[in-house]
Amino acid sequence: MTAPPDDCLARNEWICGDYLSSRREILLDAVVQHVQLTSVSVLVGLLVALPLAVLGRRWGWAAGPVLAVTTILYTIPSLAMFSLLLPLYGLSATLVVAGLTLYSLTLLVRNILAGLRAVPEDTRQAARGMGYGPVRLLLTVELPLALPAAMAGLRIAAVSAVSLVTVGAIVGFGGLGNLIYAGMNTYFKAQVLTASVLCVVIAVAADLLLLGVQRLLTPWTRAARG
Amino acid sequence: MTTLTEAWDWLSDPANWSGTDGVWQRLLQHLVLTVVCLAVSCLIALPVALVLGHLGRGGALAVNISNVGRAVPTFAVLVLLLLTPVGRWGEGPTVVALVLFAVPPLLTNAYVGMREVDPSTVRAARGMGMTGRQVLFRVELPLSFPMVLNGVRIAAVQLVATATIAALAGGGGLGRIITAGFNLASTPQVVAGAVLVAAFALVVEAVFECAERMAPAWARGTR
Repeated sequence: MTAPPDDCLARNEWICGDYLSSRREILLDAVVQHVQLTSVSVLVGLLVALPLAVLGRRWGWAAGPVLAVTTILYTIPSLAMFSLLLPLYGLSATLVVAGLTLYSLTLLVRNILAGLRAVPEDTRQAARGMGYGPVRLLLTVELPLALPAAMAGLRIAAVSAVSLVTVGAIVGFGGLGNLIYAGMNTYFKAQVLTASVLCVVIAVAADLLLLGVQRLLTPWTRAARG
Repeated sequence: MTTLTEAWDWLSDPANWSGTDGVWQRLLQHLVLTVVCLAVSCLIALPVALVLGHLGRGGALAVNISNVGRAVPTFAVLVLLLLTPVGRWGEGPTVVALVLFAVPPLLTNAYVGMREVDPSTVRAARGMGMTGRQVLFRVELPLSFPMVLNGVRIAAVQLVATATIAALAGGGGLGRIITAGFNLASTPQVVAGAVLVAAFALVVEAVFECAERMAPAWARGTR
């Protein structure tokens, strides 16, 4: 029984347990890179979007230009976005993060602004009547009430970012996309399928995580539903 | 700034525009790919969405398909299809991957548009003796048209953007200029290709904007 190895790796099967066990480290590294790239870019996007949306709410004239610019940024294809930023950041992880941040900006600014605008004027006036200043009004009344809309945008941004990270493979920082890219060139079926499935798993996990956070942060929506 | 001037030099060199690898050829491939995929996606998604919206059923399905679609990376789908027998069928994998990508926004927008038609309008139409088919084509469809068209617009712009990814897997289109630039380590060419793709996406957006403004009042809605 000294035939050449006849396992699923040698037969190049789609589903292969040996692949999982022998490449565990590589897969883990790719997943970690994927999650890091996604979370950093969405967090930076959130940090930039929040003040932009608040500004747009305070001064109505600012909302139009902010929305227009972010929408144009969203129209630029991901592959083109990474390459347009190439002269600025070179072949680096920062390049991918910067590109993804610009994408999440559109979704986040739009949703946070919509959430802030949906706060009823009565509520605002009641808070003012209770002696709330503008900052306290924003932090303790307007932002919490805008949370559901903002979280909806955040969930979409996170899920989209998870899938867009794969395109970062073109500059070598694509997390699981690197494995898909390499597997395409070598016709390595198990690697392509495993990495693709893991991408979807990360996206679903991120979505569920944010949904959980939303439920924790907005207990009043559950109470109202009874 | 030198990169930008070099990119401009690349763009203004007529040699880069002609031939089988030239900009015109890639632009044409990109356009054909986008139009074909958009047409196929509309043929699949719109009838389903309109019927579901008319019946008022399957809303969760329409919305969930859209969410799942967002989570699946187009690039991964493209490579997966490339490794299956579909891969031997020319541009097949690209078309299938792009259609899978464009169907969800079309489906959701058309469905939501149909559901947002005022129920009392629909009841009035029924009261006037219209059949289900008449209600669908004469009342619900015209009223939801702006929303349906908005879905088509979103899908079209996203298709233009995503069609570039086909180049990563050896497909045609403007993305090839970018990937070729990466392989040649020629940043000016990469930036030139990116500018071309971005401009193309913005042109498509502008075309839809113009079409919407020139459309008759009933098709414009009150957005």
